[in-house]
Amino acid sequence: MRIRLRTLVAASGALALSLVSGCAQGGAAGSSAHTVTYWLWDANQLPAYQACAKGFEKENPGLNVKITQLGWSDYWTKLTAGFIAGTQPDVFTDHIQNFGQYADLKVLEPLDDLGIENSDYQPGLAANWIGKDGHRYGAPKDWDTVALFYNSKMTEEAGLTAEQLNNLAWNPKDGGTFEKAIAHLTIDRNGKRGDEPGFDKNNVKVYGLASNGGGFGDGQTQWSNFAASAGWSYLDKPRWGTKYQYDSKTFQSVVQWYFGLAKKGYMPPLSDYNVQSNQANTQVAAGKAATAFDGAWMISTYAGFKGRDIKTALTPVGPTGKRATMMNGLADSVTKASKNKAGAKKWVKYLASDECQKVVGRYGVVFPATKAGTEAAVAAYRKKGIDVSSFTKPVADKENFRTFSYPIASYSADMTALMSPAMEDIYGNGKPVSSLDETNEQINLILSQ
Amino acid sequence: MTIASSSPPSRLPVGGAAEAHSKPRTRRTETGENRGDGRLAALFIAPALLGFVVFLLWPTLRGIYLSFTRFNLLTPAEWVGLDNYVRMVNDPIFWDSLTVTVEYVVINIGVQTVAALAIAVLLQRLTQSAMLRGIVLTPYLMSNVVAGLVWLWILDTQLGIGNEIISAVGVERIPFLADETWAIPTIALINVWRHVGYTALLLFAGLQAIPGDMYEAARVDGASEWRMFWRITMPLLRPVLAVVLIMTVIGSFQVFDTVAVTTAGGPANATNVLQYYIYGSAFGRFQFGYASAMSVALLVVLSAITVLQYRLTRAGRTDLG
Repeated sequence: MRIRLRTLVAASGALALSLVSGCAQGGAAGSSAHTVTYWLWDANQLPAYQACAKGFEKENPGLNVKITQLGWSDYWTKLTAGFIAGTQPDVFTDHIQNFGQYADLKVLEPLDDLGIENSDYQPGLAANWIGKDGHRYGAPKDWDTVALFYNSKMTEEAGLTAEQLNNLAWNPKDGGTFEKAIAHLTIDRNGKRGDEPGFDKNNVKVYGLASNGGGFGDGQTQWSNFAASAGWSYLDKPRWGTKYQYDSKTFQSVVQWYFGLAKKGYMPPLSDYNVQSNQANTQVAAGKAATAFDGAWMISTYAGFKGRDIKTALTPVGPTGKRATMMNGLADSVTKASKNKAGAKKWVKYLASDECQKVVGRYGVVFPATKAGTEAAVAAYRKKGIDVSSFTKPVADKENFRTFSYPIASYSADMTALMSPAMEDIYGNGKPVSSLDETNEQINLILSQ
Repeated sequence: MTIASSSPPSRLPVGGAAEAHSKPRTRRTETGENRGDGRLAALFIAPALLGFVVFLLWPTLRGIYLSFTRFNLLTPAEWVGLDNYVRMVNDPIFWDSLTVTVEYVVINIGVQTVAALAIAVLLQRLTQSAMLRGIVLTPYLMSNVVAGLVWLWILDTQLGIGNEIISAVGVERIPFLADETWAIPTIALINVWRHVGYTALLLFAGLQAIPGDMYEAARVDGASEWRMFWRITMPLLRPVLAVVLIMTVIGSFQVFDTVAVTTAGGPANATNVLQYYIYGSAFGRFQFGYASAMSVALLVVLSAITVLQYRLTRAGRTDLG
């Protein structure tokens, strides 16, 4: 009996031990001197980077790249968990939104010795990845801008030409030609257009502009292009500012006008929007909206809508006389706890090279950060019959366009947590825009810590 | 233990294996068997105990400790005393999320308990069909996340089939999950839909313990079904109902997954239930100290409610026999 008991105890002890050690080693198992683990979130881009990895492995015999793709919503949670448990990848695709936080947590490896030159990439992309401490933590990977997607059948029926749509102007007082176009594209249940007498704003069949929600604190595909073309900036400095400017009167007048579109019936109310089930692209696909501001990463999604001929137009000209669009760039970062830093840096350097970015560009799924990579992507899109000039023009023509980055600052998660309900309160519950003064104060208080 | 055993347990050596070896063989058989029982018991308890200590006791103690620190998980925790609790008391979002959570629990438990009781009584008094019992349980077989997503799509304001039907009969579309007023009741009812069958089955099991002759006697005395429900079923079901209530209330306070997939706490924090706020503070904002403090608050609230419920419903005693 005793022997059997002992065996049982030993066996269960061994099992428990193996469970514990199994947990600890699980994710890091792939890391070794010969392997570089790499994470990205966009499934569309996976084949492109697999092709890149092949080229890299050929150039670096004995080094393997192991790519893992995780959906956006799991990506950051899993990465955070990985940092804590020591199971983080060697290299991962990084977003400006999380850069400040990870830099503050000191989980990123400086990449100063990779020889990244700002001039090798589209303007602004490389400089954004230099931290508060002056060290580089990311190598430019790709970029995106925002433009106006429109259902060309609906615009034709409304008598709006592509040229007209590309020459719209707006202002926060009366909305300008942009609001006129959006109103005209709106149709109520009785077939009346938004700018016709007797329009029933409570029973709208097709909205002129799709809703993408309150826009958190960045408004990337919501209000940011309007606010920037009115001359407003998120922070007091382009990078690592310490004061947000949501209390600016200019900004608040833009927000009031923008969400006012919903009150007039030209844009769906917040209650029609859902981040899971009904984003702007879904509204366009379902024929519930004629136009939508959306990012370059959505080009293939919109192009794939069956029975809809979706085209794109430039963002409208604002009160400053310029058009504006957020130019956001991703980067590849190496983790500080990487078990194969030498290999990881080699891979990042390769990812940031023209060689790899041209390969990625040829897949026509994203705009790579180098100029040659971008050109390859434009050609690939053209081959698919997609005109992407609405996204590339703002980057090339600085005279008529203002491009701006996603806000680069510490505590961006706190900013988002506070701004997100504040904007929804204005959009959905009709709270006055002046309420942003208090929210702004709270955010700046956190930043001043 | 055998019946023939002559040694009372108090005289057993407590030394362990070494001492057992030195005893004469005749004694060893008896004591060995006794000790074998104890050890076997310990062995059977061990996995559960290990789980309890590793996954419950230790995290709870550590959580309480962390609630007095500033901690971002990646750098060592820094002791800040009562700072997190002071912040919590002064945090309007915390109080707001507590209010929202209570609102959710009241609707969820209120509707669920009444509906489950009705289903259980109907199952017992009207039919013995195992198939019906199975059907009642079906929603429970679905994961919370799947149930949440299915309802999200059904109830979507613009595209949901539920709202298509509503607007087809001429009623205005209802923003079930996207409006401040509707969102919490909707989430509460989605979870009622998923859990009511399971709760009904627990109550049904409790009803089985009530002797059938009581109903027969009452019927002979001319009592109506309604009267029998209030005079026999309810009093005798009370201990089971009390335990079911305690369990469901605790579960209800911990609502998270349905919120995470349907509204993500919105619109404008209207569904920012406590667990969701805790999760966001910890894993979104890396404020593990503050999140721990709120978790401790939730623990205190739940413990108080449980003790209160236990007392009020006299859950430990039965009126039967």
